[in-house]
Amino acid sequence: MLLDPLLDFAFMRRALVGTLALALSAPPLGVFLIQRRLALIGDALGHAILPGVAVGAALFGLSLAAMSAGGMFAGLAVMLASGALSRTGALAEDASLAGLYLIALALGVAIVSLSSAQVDVLQLLFGSVLGVDDDALLLMATTATLTLVSLAIMWRPLVIETFDSGFLRAKGGRGAAWHLGFLVLVVLNLVAAFQALGTLMAVGLMMVPALAARFVSATLGGRVVSACLIAMAAVFTGLLVSFHADVPAGPAVVLTAAVLWLAVMVAGPEGSLLARTLRRPHLAG
Amino acid sequence: MIPPPLVLDNVTLAYDRHPAVHHLSGRFAPGSMTAVVGPNGAGKTTLLRALAGELRPDEGRLDRGGLDSRAIGYLPQATALDRAFPLTCVEVAAMGLWRAAGAFRALDGRERARIEDALRTVGLAGFARRPIGTLSAGQFQRLLFARLLLQDAPVLLLDEPFTAIDSRTTADLIGVLQRWHGEGRTIVAVLHDLELIRAVFPDTLLLARSPIAWGRTAEVLRPESLARARLMAEAWDETAGPCTHGEAVPPLAQAA
Repeated sequence: MLLDPLLDFAFMRRALVGTLALALSAPPLGVFLIQRRLALIGDALGHAILPGVAVGAALFGLSLAAMSAGGMFAGLAVMLASGALSRTGALAEDASLAGLYLIALALGVAIVSLSSAQVDVLQLLFGSVLGVDDDALLLMATTATLTLVSLAIMWRPLVIETFDSGFLRAKGGRGAAWHLGFLVLVVLNLVAAFQALGTLMAVGLMMVPALAARFVSATLGGRVVSACLIAMAAVFTGLLVSFHADVPAGPAVVLTAAVLWLAVMVAGPEGSLLARTLRRPHLAG
Repeated sequence: MIPPPLVLDNVTLAYDRHPAVHHLSGRFAPGSMTAVVGPNGAGKTTLLRALAGELRPDEGRLDRGGLDSRAIGYLPQATALDRAFPLTCVEVAAMGLWRAAGAFRALDGRERARIEDALRTVGLAGFARRPIGTLSAGQFQRLLFARLLLQDAPVLLLDEPFTAIDSRTTADLIGVLQRWHGEGRTIVAVLHDLELIRAVFPDTLLLARSPIAWGRTAEVLRPESLARARLMAEAWDETAGPCTHGEAVPPLAQAA
């Protein structure tokens, strides 16, 4: 009964498969963003994608390729602009991002309102399971595959760059290139997720499970795996909640992930309230 | 593996145009072992960063004899790193093998054994799987020392390597430094413990933004030189105009 929507409706199955794929690729990026103290960059890029998507829709109608290309372009542009702004030294990167993403969001909503195309702003921002057609599913699966393969390849330099960027630079490890490649993956994942989850909520799938993972494992690998598992559980439950309670998919998935975050914060094995409260007998050595 | 000399010719290193190292000339000879001492704000770390290739001189020339900056092992002050990062000791130490293993290659058995060896040398045997968040400040510093060991670099720059380390471990690590010295590597270390420097380091550079003395340790660490170093004004002169001295000022005390 609870699972009926998945059995009855192909669009639910497509949305589930697509978001499950992204639940494998987005949370590991979130874990790295948190370790780099760039947790807000995902948010900023999520907002930044909107005007690109809107321009794509305004020019070419509701075509997935046009909207995705527009979103990708806008996300990369904001990312590079904020990097360039922070290199001028006048503003820290997070401060310039805060300015840029507000501008991007305002621009996006303005473009959508002005354009003749019948684009639903709410759907762009918060997603709709109905938005996942075969092309969108292919984009999500391709993105997940590309991300996982790329992460496997760049894992070592990315970890070193995140922990001690000065060391990698001194060893000629081209730290900036790895960082840039990593941010491209972030934008790609946000663009791939926006059909189902919306440009704003796509960030939630990346960040909330990654935040929760901190209470599950003390190692980087452990956090990546647990973030993926939490995200998969959130996607599965969230889509069903979305269908039954008739709320957009994005908020439903993010709220489910938030409940899981709260659960591990209270009772997770690493540094949770429970773990800190329970006093286990000390060891002999 | 004889490293080239590191030659400084009237080098000035500045932040926001205010000199942190002012008109420094001299050379770190191949295989030398030099302590850099001076008050807080004397430019010691700045000098190491320039030697490591992280900073360019605002004036003068720093010649590393064509030595690739990748061939320089640099131990920064440990406080610059996030010790809550979810990594284990073995993962941090293994970074020292970057030059050999690069971005992708898996470590072989011999390299894993070298990592174990390095951890044992710094007194961290049995710590391989421990998260770095559980280490004390001294243990973390030793871990960075192990990473430095694995770099197998001909030139080693150490910024306060023994801060927060107990005397037994300090003695062990000094043994490592002396072994490196015996192998002909060039060592430059920022230190504060004058007794230790007198006992272990053949050469010393006394820096108070401007160089006070540079040469044999016994000649450099004289009371009058140390007193001069203490006279350095720690704050920048906000009203300072452009520097008109072309060469080293005050005149570098010529230690034998």
